[in-house]
Amino acid sequence: MKRQQPAQIKGLKKWLDPVYSAWTSIATHKLRSSLTILGIVIGIAAVIALMSIGRGAQAQILSRIQGLGADLLGIRPGMTMAGGIRGGFGSASTLTLEDAEAIKEQVPYIAALAPTFSSYQQLVAGNQNMNAQVIGTAPEYMFLYNLEIADGDFFTDYDYQRGSRVAVLGANVKQTLFGDEPPVGQQMRIGGNIVRVVGVLKAKGAVWASPDDAVIIPLTAMQQMVTQPRTSRGERVVTSIALKVTDQNQIEFVTQQITDLLRSRHRLAPGADNDFNITSVQSTVEALKEATGTMTLFLSAVAAISLLVGGIGVMNIMLVSVLERTREIGILKALGARERDIWGQFLTESAFLTLTGGIIGVVVGCGVSVLLSRFKVMTTLLSADIIVLAVVVSLGVGLFFGFYPAWNASRLDPIEALRYE
Amino acid sequence: MIKLQQITKTYTLGKRELQVLKGIDLSVEQGELVAIMGPSGSGKTTLLNIIGCLDRPTSGSYHLDGKEVSSLSSAELAAIRAKKVGFVFQTFNLLPRLSALANVELGLKYAGIDDRDLAVEALRRVGLADRANHRPTELSGGEQQRVAIARALVKRPPVILADEPTGNLDSKSGEEILSLLTELHQEQGITLVMITHDPDVARRCQRIIRLKDGLVVSEERT
Repeated sequence: MKRQQPAQIKGLKKWLDPVYSAWTSIATHKLRSSLTILGIVIGIAAVIALMSIGRGAQAQILSRIQGLGADLLGIRPGMTMAGGIRGGFGSASTLTLEDAEAIKEQVPYIAALAPTFSSYQQLVAGNQNMNAQVIGTAPEYMFLYNLEIADGDFFTDYDYQRGSRVAVLGANVKQTLFGDEPPVGQQMRIGGNIVRVVGVLKAKGAVWASPDDAVIIPLTAMQQMVTQPRTSRGERVVTSIALKVTDQNQIEFVTQQITDLLRSRHRLAPGADNDFNITSVQSTVEALKEATGTMTLFLSAVAAISLLVGGIGVMNIMLVSVLERTREIGILKALGARERDIWGQFLTESAFLTLTGGIIGVVVGCGVSVLLSRFKVMTTLLSADIIVLAVVVSLGVGLFFGFYPAWNASRLDPIEALRYE
Repeated sequence: MIKLQQITKTYTLGKRELQVLKGIDLSVEQGELVAIMGPSGSGKTTLLNIIGCLDRPTSGSYHLDGKEVSSLSSAELAAIRAKKVGFVFQTFNLLPRLSALANVELGLKYAGIDDRDLAVEALRRVGLADRANHRPTELSGGEQQRVAIARALVKRPPVILADEPTGNLDSKSGEEILSLLTELHQEQGITLVMITHDPDVARRCQRIIRLKDGLVVSEERT
């Protein structure tokens, strides 16, 4: 009449038994247990929602910047030093058109290069006027920054050679000066010079280095309109040099080559600081990743506080539970339960509470995150690691905050526990 | 089976020391049915706790089933309780949230036996096969005590200790419980030590040991 149980079922039963007995005692106090679980649910849901918001913001910022291209390098002049007062990057007039030509000729792996000289100028078209950045550069500029043309064309190599007075408008500039009228072929003034509009750029909407608010003209035309400063050696100063490499893996090599070339061209003594600064989109991405990572960490820390409060709630309830069940503990001990049996039972119970809260919290947190995204309140990004982390943390909270009550329970003297009313 | 030599037990209450047992010598043979009597405060329960390995004596030696147990660790004492001793309490001490069957199964759990059929069989033996799924609150006092007895005997321990098992019952249920205990004693050859106030109960045992002020004052065979 005895049923023979296979070994696996026995093994499974050994694991399920404490879980079942934890369940029975939790189910005895439904309201109390639910409220305790609620504390953990809120904590875990907050962790998930806030982490997904942080990750979402990070992903959004990075995707915008990476739209610029990871194979892009920018060279800007270094800082001025006048009487111990240091200006910002780009304030020195050390980078020149001749530097740009030397780089183009001597450094390998360069797909395209465009020196730029820019300054703010008053723009006038019809009865509208505005102040905007005028970028004098080479035709390669369009390719370098992945610019797209909405109307007309970008200026050509021929325009660049001749110094044609032609202009390509950023989307916002076009809107301000021409409204809804087609600007291509129209004339406008940059400062005191008349130029012809040949093209309009598509709006990029980027927050960083956006050409939407600028006018782009050939650098050669710029030189005729604005006095371009010269260095002591007579070279023409540029504001920056942008270049694209043919192979992303060569960015470091190219950076080093340019550094060596410019140092020798600028006759810098060994040990002297560079008077220029090379940045890659990649390095900007790294810096922003770090910044948004810090933000995510901060948000998680805020959420972790609510989880901590939930954990304290669990500990509180477990302490009450141990006190209430003092007699039960005495009975179990009389039946031969060892300290670790009692300890294990209470620890299983608190882990059960927090794990249940954790799983519900994951569902709620994911729900909140998906809704925020669906209704375009915020960009959120959920990933499996956040969910796994949340579940593990909830289990950890149960074990951590259940430890002391469980230890208390296991240490009760069976005789006193049996006498407890 | 049980051999106590010069057992003393002293409790410290604040700064006062209270000597509850003052040197008890007592032997119980295997299969014996022994009653312990005495006024309250005479140390009966303390003695039973020591016999049941719930408590350690302050001094003296105690052999249970041929093994010296007076100086074992609490984990070792727990293992002995789990395998060798079954307790029956005056207040039944069932877990209210568990069914009768689950309460009986608890008796097996810590003995390391995983066999529900044994628990069902034990409940049948005490006449409660049809109440297996009732909770203690749905059972009468006499029925609860039957469950407690089933829990104590389900693991077939050599020793069962009962602390006034009929003390909380009306005389009819008390009589039934007593009959059950004596039957089980005869049937299974269990060593049964029972504390009682009731001389009628005591007379049905083979030997009556009377305690007073922590000492054995008389032993009498019925």
